[in-house]
Amino acid sequence: MPFAVSVGALGAVFNLNHPAHVVEWHFISLSVANVVVIGLMLVVFVVAIALPFPGAARRDAARRSEETR
Amino acid sequence: MSATPAHAQTDATRPPASWTGRVREAAVAALPPEKLLPEGQPTYVASWIYVFGVASLASLVVIVGSGSILALKGPAWWHYTGVGHFFNSVHLWAVELFFFAMVVHLWGKYWMAAWRGGRARVWVTGAVTFLVAIPCALTGYVSQQNFDAQWISTQAKDAMNSVGAGAFFNLTNFGQMYSYHVLLLPAAVIALVAAHVLLVRRHGVVPPPPLEKR
Repeated sequence: MPFAVSVGALGAVFNLNHPAHVVEWHFISLSVANVVVIGLMLVVFVVAIALPFPGAARRDAARRSEETR
Repeated sequence: MSATPAHAQTDATRPPASWTGRVREAAVAALPPEKLLPEGQPTYVASWIYVFGVASLASLVVIVGSGSILALKGPAWWHYTGVGHFFNSVHLWAVELFFFAMVVHLWGKYWMAAWRGGRARVWVTGAVTFLVAIPCALTGYVSQQNFDAQWISTQAKDAMNSVGAGAFFNLTNFGQMYSYHVLLLPAAVIALVAAHVLLVRRHGVVPPPPLEKR
């Protein structure tokens, strides 16, 4: 079955048959999986702020030209 | 020819006599149709931050849909059948996406100071939605009906007992946790999200801060 094969292949890449790895820092204790997700959220947030939205510049230019008429 | 009875007379200026009329007039005054379903948005709404708000809504729809199917079929189905596993996973990953998108949206709105211009309730309903969604998700972990759920519930009950909430919120009581997870907390999340969206419609999306004149 292709689904079972792909799940098996993923399992070969990521061995999950062990207790979670944990990042310890003073009283903070986070699993590596959660640290990865938090890191991804920060990266996506920065990209969401920095990346121009498609068509935003065109719409803004159209609005400015309407205002100057 | 009889005269029109007094109760049948219509007068637009007359205040409504019943509570239904008063509610209708208040709702239309707060959210006229053109505000409720606008055809366009200001140019500053063209931002990825709002895409994550909409992604949160889309994830919530998938969560409710997959959760309803899981509730219909029951624990044996989601543990022992392939389709059950699939819907169980859809439900889990939709929750992961919901939180991911909601946090990015929340961060964005925080740094935009989205409570400006009388929008405090918009901000508060969004932030409280995040807070209520956390126990909604955690009660899902203890509703799985497996060893993972047993482990989490027996660990988390100590936290509840230590703050004196164990008598009211018993994590080892599956019936109570399942009721919270499939009814009470989702109803609260959906009501808060509905209020949040309606308040955004009413007050409009917060404009960028004004430029400082030098």
